[in-house]
Amino acid sequence: MKLNLRLGKNWIYLPLVFMAIFYLIPMYLMVITGFKSFAEVDLKTMWDLPHGIAFDNFLEAFTKLSPSLWNSFMMVIPATLISSALGSLNGFILAKWKFKGADIIFPFILFGMFIPYQSILIPLVQFMSAAGIKGLAGLVLAHVIYGIPITTLTFRNYYASLPQELLEAAKIDGADMLGIYRYILLPISIPSFVVVLIWQFTSAWNDFLFAVILTGNKEWPITVALNNMAGSQIIAWNVQMAGSLLAALPPLLIYIFLGRYFLRGLLAGSLKG
Amino acid sequence: MMKMLRDKDRYLSVILISPSILAVLIFIYGFIAWSMRVSLSKWKGLTADYTWNGLNNYINLFSDPRFHVDIRNTLIFTGVFVIGSILLGFFLAVFLDQGLKGEGFFRSLFIFPMAISYIVTGVIWRWLMNPALGSRTSGFNLLFSYLHLDFLKNAWHTTPNWGIAAIALAAIWQMSGYTMALYLAGLRAIPGELREAAQIDGATELQIYRYIMVPLLSPVTLSALIILGHMSLKVFDLIVAIAGKQLPLDVPAIYMWQTTFDGLFYGRGAAIGILLLLSVAVLIIPYIRYTLKTETEQ
Repeated sequence: MKLNLRLGKNWIYLPLVFMAIFYLIPMYLMVITGFKSFAEVDLKTMWDLPHGIAFDNFLEAFTKLSPSLWNSFMMVIPATLISSALGSLNGFILAKWKFKGADIIFPFILFGMFIPYQSILIPLVQFMSAAGIKGLAGLVLAHVIYGIPITTLTFRNYYASLPQELLEAAKIDGADMLGIYRYILLPISIPSFVVVLIWQFTSAWNDFLFAVILTGNKEWPITVALNNMAGSQIIAWNVQMAGSLLAALPPLLIYIFLGRYFLRGLLAGSLKG
Repeated sequence: MMKMLRDKDRYLSVILISPSILAVLIFIYGFIAWSMRVSLSKWKGLTADYTWNGLNNYINLFSDPRFHVDIRNTLIFTGVFVIGSILLGFFLAVFLDQGLKGEGFFRSLFIFPMAISYIVTGVIWRWLMNPALGSRTSGFNLLFSYLHLDFLKNAWHTTPNWGIAAIALAAIWQMSGYTMALYLAGLRAIPGELREAAQIDGATELQIYRYIMVPLLSPVTLSALIILGHMSLKVFDLIVAIAGKQLPLDVPAIYMWQTTFDGLFYGRGAAIGILLLLSVAVLIIPYIRYTLKTETEQ
């Protein structure tokens, strides 16, 4: 009976493997095309494995995209660090240092996470040009500000789950607010920092809407540059595939090595963290 | 002394959080109000013009054939994307919840597309869904030829009227792992005793899912519906990367973009932005209230 039940469950592998193939097909195409030599590239044989490993496509894509890859890093790193630091501080105050009205403010901050950015795009552009904030600096600012809701939420939920006694004990010992934050909460917030840093890195890296409106072609991050490359008739599809892999690589590497934390950010984003 | 210290901390906490609150107040709520004002103006062209125009921008939109296409496309996209992601996510979660070997591997595999930009997804899928026929057949259509499934060959996003459904397929590829993760977390939260009790009462596996798991998972389904639904209202990058900005695949976000920044019809663009915001708010505000309420009850 037990054996029968076990055999009975193994059919589940069939749909799982089938779905695994579905999820891998686009990656398969991206990777094999990237490693084909120019001579081998033909839409008719697009599904065939490459005959050898060639780097033509990557070199070509990298030459075209390296300035924008650099731009992406220059923009994403400060945006991620600043918004994570802000989120931690806000979350601490909202969870453990409630001032009058803190519970009223919180849902208003949360709503900001879900708004369609089309509803603030015109003022944002007007504001940036009036304030003279240009290019990557403006993009960093946008990611920091519109990242406040999600980073605050993640940290608040984490700090709220910590027992209040932890703080009371420190207060009796004479620690003030900043002392409690610095010496008690900060050291145990590392996992939450990893979650938020990954989340912010990925969303800023993958963002297209803010990037395309706030930057000119010298400051284009990778998503905008890749989209323009794909829209151009001159650049072959094989180079586009190699470019896609370059653009996908940083968040994918993070996902491969820190997937657990990525998932937690994902669930927090739907208020389920 | 203690009291003074407490007061000092209280002020400090307000001072430390106020830059963020101020930023949210200005860049979210202030900007929304500003957009609303623009949507009620005659602003057209490069210089700002706040001449009062009443609700005309909104009224014109509702008689604008392009906006009708947008609404239709949004409905089709939402339907295919939300139902597809929920069904796929649910079944994948149930399969993965059976305690099979390799669960972790499959789970990671199903979620990884979430880490990738819509632009990257779009660039790959535009080649997968290449509609060219005859000797230039490629992508999925070529794969169908190999597998002798020629009846599946189709024009994908260039199918008249229904092209947007093909875009939703790419979106399902990207987001179904997320729904799976939501369901998996939900399934793991259901106490094992419930399942055991039902088994003792002689319920079959199918009955357990139908009468116990699915009803208990309804809050997860509701969250998934709302989150995916609000994403489909905002869809922009994916369509742009697959097909550029062409009329048959137009959605409000693209119309807003083109009419504002290419056509300089700021008033109309702002009106589309506000309509998008309102439709998202209808879904999200009750959701936030519900989530925060259940949180305080716990």
